[in-house]
Amino acid sequence: MREIEYAAPTSVDDAIAALAGAGVCRPFAGGTDLLVQMRSVPPSEQKWVDIKRIPEMTSIALDASGLRLGAAASCWEVSQHKGLRETFPGLVEAAELIGSIQIQNRATVGGNVCNASPAADTVPALIAVGADCVIAGPDGRRTVPVAEFVTGPGTTQLGDNELLVELVVPPVAARTADAYLRFSPRGEMDIAVVGAGVSVTLASDGTCTAARVALGAVGPTAFGVPAAADALVGTSLDETALERAAAASRDAANPIDDKRGTVTYRRTVAGVLTRRAVQLAASRATERSS
Amino acid sequence: MSESNGSDRKFKWVGTRPIRHDGVDKVTGRANYGADFDLPGMLHACMLRSPHAHARILRIDTSKALALEGVKAVITSDDIPELALTDASGPTNFSDLSRNVLARDKVLYHGHAVAAVAATSTRIAQEALALIEVEYEPLPHVLDLRAAMAPDAPILHDHMRTKGVDPTPDKASNIAAKMELSRGDVDQARAYADIIIEREFETATVHQGDIEPHACVAQTNEDGQTTVWASSQGHFMIRAYSARLLQLDISQIKVIPMEIGGGFGGKTTVYLEPIAIVLSRKTGRPVKAVMTRDEVFRATGPAPATLINVKFGANRDGKVVAAKCKLVYEAGAFPGSPVTAGAMCILAPFDLDHFLIEGYDVVVNKPKTAAYRAPGAPPAAFAAETVIDEIAHELEIDPLDLRRNNAVSKGSQAAYGPKFSDIGLLETLDALRAHPHYSAPLGENQGRGFAVGFWFNAGMQSSAEVKLNEDGTAIVIEGCPDIGGSRASMAIMAAEELGIDVYKVRPVVADTETVGINDTTGGSRVTFATGMAVIEASQEVVKQCCQRAASVWDIDPTDVIWQDGCAVATGDGAKKLEKEDKLVPMPIAEIAAGAARTGGPITGKASLNARGAGPAFAVHLVDVEVDRDTGKVEIVRYTTIQDAGRAIHPAYVEGQMQGGAAQGIGWALNEEYVYDADGVLANPGFLDYRMPVALDLPMIDTVIVEVPNPRHPYGVRGVGEVPIVPPIPAIANAIHDAIGIRMRKLPMSPPNVLAELVRASGGA
Repeated sequence: MREIEYAAPTSVDDAIAALAGAGVCRPFAGGTDLLVQMRSVPPSEQKWVDIKRIPEMTSIALDASGLRLGAAASCWEVSQHKGLRETFPGLVEAAELIGSIQIQNRATVGGNVCNASPAADTVPALIAVGADCVIAGPDGRRTVPVAEFVTGPGTTQLGDNELLVELVVPPVAARTADAYLRFSPRGEMDIAVVGAGVSVTLASDGTCTAARVALGAVGPTAFGVPAAADALVGTSLDETALERAAAASRDAANPIDDKRGTVTYRRTVAGVLTRRAVQLAASRATERSS
Repeated sequence: MSESNGSDRKFKWVGTRPIRHDGVDKVTGRANYGADFDLPGMLHACMLRSPHAHARILRIDTSKALALEGVKAVITSDDIPELALTDASGPTNFSDLSRNVLARDKVLYHGHAVAAVAATSTRIAQEALALIEVEYEPLPHVLDLRAAMAPDAPILHDHMRTKGVDPTPDKASNIAAKMELSRGDVDQARAYADIIIEREFETATVHQGDIEPHACVAQTNEDGQTTVWASSQGHFMIRAYSARLLQLDISQIKVIPMEIGGGFGGKTTVYLEPIAIVLSRKTGRPVKAVMTRDEVFRATGPAPATLINVKFGANRDGKVVAAKCKLVYEAGAFPGSPVTAGAMCILAPFDLDHFLIEGYDVVVNKPKTAAYRAPGAPPAAFAAETVIDEIAHELEIDPLDLRRNNAVSKGSQAAYGPKFSDIGLLETLDALRAHPHYSAPLGENQGRGFAVGFWFNAGMQSSAEVKLNEDGTAIVIEGCPDIGGSRASMAIMAAEELGIDVYKVRPVVADTETVGINDTTGGSRVTFATGMAVIEASQEVVKQCCQRAASVWDIDPTDVIWQDGCAVATGDGAKKLEKEDKLVPMPIAEIAAGAARTGGPITGKASLNARGAGPAFAVHLVDVEVDRDTGKVEIVRYTTIQDAGRAIHPAYVEGQMQGGAAQGIGWALNEEYVYDADGVLANPGFLDYRMPVALDLPMIDTVIVEVPNPRHPYGVRGVGEVPIVPPIPAIANAIHDAIGIRMRKLPMSPPNVLAELVRASGGA
């Protein structure tokens, strides 16, 4: 008999308690990754803890103190949130690249982060905006940067009874904007060959005063590329600076050869996307300063 | 059939676009596809598949699997008849087919079926698979065509000697057959060539990508009668193949067609049905077998990888004077690639007196290839249409002028043999020149290309019955699974002949016991051949209706004609009725209502082997934009122009044109089987086997050209296959126009295009 244990708690504490059961217990948000992964687990050993009835985990709060994005908020809600698109266009771009509209209605940014795919679209975008993960467990809450939360392909810092509650992003500084670009052979319903998230801050004269560059799908986890950011800061994002940043990304990229792309190809495209994402973020930052 | 192709007939329904009769059930989810059918007490079958690309089977022990609770039967090739190696009919070798259905002695590709389990649930069946012990002796495998043809290649079939070589070789080879097609004297003709271009092309293994996985249910009763419910392109084929493989009488098997969710040639043979039948015979219970997507990729289809060498000689005016082609196609694990069709197609659009074409059919450790939309033609067109474009550029002749100058027309001797009757190549080329797309401006990094495609089209056997109901509505019964809207087309043709509303006609695809034999839905044949049977059956109904009216009116039947769904008296009969003041048309409903009094039910039947399928030509025009930094090719604009002979239901003709273009675009740009070093397919799913999705394609424009086929009463020619032929070369020519690089290897994927860009710029 197919009997799957299912719980639908309405508070974070109840969810953590529910995760303490035997068998394979998993927090269940959209299920777009989970449904596939659970196929290999006998139904009798499965326990699903649905987190979509926990208000704290499905809300999107954007104000002067920044963004608090509930881990179970759907990608579709993220893409339809007007203020969010204006404030973090790169993050919204990443959420919009996940699957089709139907998938986006189920899939969540939090789930994308917890699935910890090296090619996850939202992870480089979150690193680029300096996002943190708020984790709740039996012993209370702790906060870790997104870049540290994901520890390897499919692995995170989450303990057995822990939950990712929300993603917290600091407020956007003046004349600052982000962008996310993904390369995949198909325009949608595809997986990143390379992903690049960028955030830049421009002085009133156009000089770049701060930058973050993050890459996805070119290593075991998405990661920041400080050398690329350093190449940008203090420049007017001229051709030399862009090429130095692109070169830094090519150097930092540590991809594998697989059916989705070769090492050489991925390194090349990591440079191309870095350059293009910087240009896109800079044009947005310029618009914000005018 | 008379040579009246309806060119001056005024049609009422032909050429209109009624909503398809099966449409509402399909869009509301009520239609039942292969996997939708269940029976009480049904068992579920799962297949054990080879973990090796090539291995000898030393021992199979199924005892532990059989002992598992819920397992009702386990079978291997020991449970099906061993057929003689020469057991063949036409191109189908049943010994090979049997060994493909269940491996015997050897496994020949990763995913090759080795055993099957029937259990009370899929989960139990899967658990049982893990309990089957198979001892293999792994053998070296070969996936690559060049390696398979090398003298020291691992041999797949020890008994295989290359056919078509004289004398027959005494050594086993992976080259199953060699064929040759020639005319004139190529070497002598070369003397007249001012320019000779020789190029080598390579295409990847691709899959039909039919969305619905293969599925069936089989039930065998105590008297040994078997019923199969299956999704396929031909339930008569399933019946005949299953009977042959299992050495049963054909009359012992009935096949009921389910709706089909895509075939494209991939459902023109059997995989699961014989297994489900044997399991149902063993257990006495219904058995359902459904493939996973992974299994569909690993064990069905695909279409072959190819190596093609083309050498064209042309004079200064751009007239091709001689051509030499060598085509090498992979067959998969068993002989039978579509290399012969490829060889027959490659020069078909060209009016050419001197040529030599060689074809090689080569086995490799991949699944046995199956038909895929115009089998063999797209890679051949890729080679020929790219080289012809190159000649035009070399000679600085307008490529469209050059095509026209070389184009076959009525009376030309086709490279594959016959003289062409009315064909529409020149007309499609002229429509191309007239189309606004042809002269629209291009943007930066954009390029435009076009290419011609040819496909034979098929006729073959069809049967249909038209039954008049008591109220004057009608049922059309035929036996070709409806893939592309053929029910609607059948209803249109019946409505046209009967003179009734198309929605008063109910088209039915009937099972193997309800209608005469219908060959498989393939070869773009159904609207042409089955349509011909429907027209003949409808004409028989009309004839009977006229006779019934004549008997009621008591006039000579030759004085009755059929007009707008009514019997109308003419000549002496009309004069008689006029005197009696009874000269009014008799509507079909009145004739139907009175049928009991005039001789009983009115039905018409026709069974035929249709000849004269008019060949199809298509020309596709495409604009691409190439990202020079990533190598990604975007399809910016796409126009298809095709001779349909006569478009019965234009929406479904356009659907075929667009669908063929979409599949061809995927084949051109991203689709390929990727194997690892062990011969294991690395991308058996739609995430990494990249068919285009809606966002990747622009709206594909269609222009239907109508040069009626003289061998069909309405002028119909097949339309389903030819639209997949031109996309690959059209895109390759457009890429050349955009970036000056000739892509001669598929797929033209971002890494492959970028590598060529880097090479062209002098990089590594």
